[in-house]
Amino acid sequence: MEKRNQIWSFIITGVLILISFLYYSVNEYYMYLVVYIWFGYAYGMMLQYGRFCFASASRDLFAAGVPRMAVGILIALVFFSLIQAALAATDMTTFHPAPFGIHMLISGVIFGIGMVLAGGCASGSLYKIGEGNATSILAVVFGLCLGQAIFVNIGGPFLKLVPQSWIDSANAKTWIPAEKISSWFDYYLTGYVWDQPQFTVAKLIFGGRPTTMDYFIGNALINAIIPSLILLVVIYFFFSRKGFIKKRAKEKGKLGLGDELKGIWAMITASKRTSLMGILVGAVAGLHILVIKGMQLRFAMGVSTPGTRDANNFGQLLTRMGHAADVTVKGTVFDPGYWYITSQEGQVGAWLLERLGFNMHDNMFFGYVNGIPELWRNPALWMSLGIIFGAMVMARLSNEFKFKLPKGELIVWGISGGLLMGIGSRPSLGCNIGAFFIRAAGGDPNGWVYGTGMVVGAFIGVKFFNWWSERKMAKEMEAF
Amino acid sequence: MALKFEKLEEGKYLLDVCGYVCPHPQIYCKKSLEKMNEGDVIDVIFDNPSSGETIIQMCDGQGHEVLEKKKEGGKLIYTIKKG
Repeated sequence: MEKRNQIWSFIITGVLILISFLYYSVNEYYMYLVVYIWFGYAYGMMLQYGRFCFASASRDLFAAGVPRMAVGILIALVFFSLIQAALAATDMTTFHPAPFGIHMLISGVIFGIGMVLAGGCASGSLYKIGEGNATSILAVVFGLCLGQAIFVNIGGPFLKLVPQSWIDSANAKTWIPAEKISSWFDYYLTGYVWDQPQFTVAKLIFGGRPTTMDYFIGNALINAIIPSLILLVVIYFFFSRKGFIKKRAKEKGKLGLGDELKGIWAMITASKRTSLMGILVGAVAGLHILVIKGMQLRFAMGVSTPGTRDANNFGQLLTRMGHAADVTVKGTVFDPGYWYITSQEGQVGAWLLERLGFNMHDNMFFGYVNGIPELWRNPALWMSLGIIFGAMVMARLSNEFKFKLPKGELIVWGISGGLLMGIGSRPSLGCNIGAFFIRAAGGDPNGWVYGTGMVVGAFIGVKFFNWWSERKMAKEMEAF
Repeated sequence: MALKFEKLEEGKYLLDVCGYVCPHPQIYCKKSLEKMNEGDVIDVIFDNPSSGETIIQMCDGQGHEVLEKKKEGGKLIYTIKKG
């Protein structure tokens, strides 16, 4: 390891430790925020070490026939689903299912195209910033931050596209301050999405109050483990079997079922660092939920603040500390309670746009649901920063950090991909992490609907890049 | 940053995709191998660490042999023989 990289790793980690102590010295409530910093740091290290990028899962399958990442994610899902079931069964979870519907699929397709163009998913782009990849900075700043913020705030001519049924349904919700419903997204949220059913498989099958075993059967086994195992077998048959069986038949001659199982195992263990990180990512994501829940219990956040509907939200602590301007009219800020990427980046975009003179509080997304806290008091934003710095430390420890300025076509791909990711993560209320990974593992079938969309989008993105690269290769080969 | 795919001599190629990020290095590597004959050798130079893992697995799955993996500064150089 280069000495310079070692020193940088110590400096980054040391500064984060110092920041954590500073927060604690100001107010114990900030420990809630510090928890997000360090889970983000852990995610960043694991993502960088395992090259763990959701974009690469379907993209590398279609582009290069490589199942490494798809396998890693499915392993992570299996482990995470078991932990989520245990947490749900013991009432120690912060997870909640999302409104179910076709919007998840459409959103997933848009996000899927975007992640292929940008060269990384929402979490992947963050860890790649930590590796020094400035194309990912473009994707995050212009797409996930500014693009998202503008997307949820657009009104004007776009309001003419809003169906009357959404307007009627939004207006019927009289508890919402009317002045907050101003953009097309506000009508979408209040007049459509909030009317869709929300459920987990355990509750759908077993009714109101599932038993411990019901959570494991419904949410983990049926919604996560069985689909993951089926997908592993499908991926093996289409992308991995041919090469393995050819080699095996040369060595052994006649083959049976045992050889097929060995083939699946060989596929799982082909990239040990990715598969190992799959297990760890699943376990840490589960631990993250447990720790946040523990903090909510410790700070007695389980009771709604008078006049609001949302308990267990960092907005309560901000209000207690006197930062009322950071929270929404109902006293909340964006506080997912688990691994989540995109909304906090939208908040950064809104924060910047407000400093440029735009009013970003006059809508539902920021004004009523998520707020625009000062950046240093934004808990989920610290998770994103933690991912960047965790990945940076890991990249430096393995001498892989290199600052790369984007040039030429990469600028176009980075910005356009980022914008599509920003747009594709809003109607679904989440990205590859919040909409796919957490939900699929938490018993919410929405995760798979969004995941299917992501795969379709990735397929379209790969088709485009195949065409583009073929053209460029043909030019290069003219000289031969 | 510019894509460079050169035929150095008969059966020996060079692909330089430094500056490119995912998924370009792996796509260009796959396409280069498709253009070559069995037994030909290529040096793939790239600086996007995430692509390395995918290139190795792609070679393994498609029967190509990774003869050498080198690291020079921030650059990775893989020598691959088409199988």
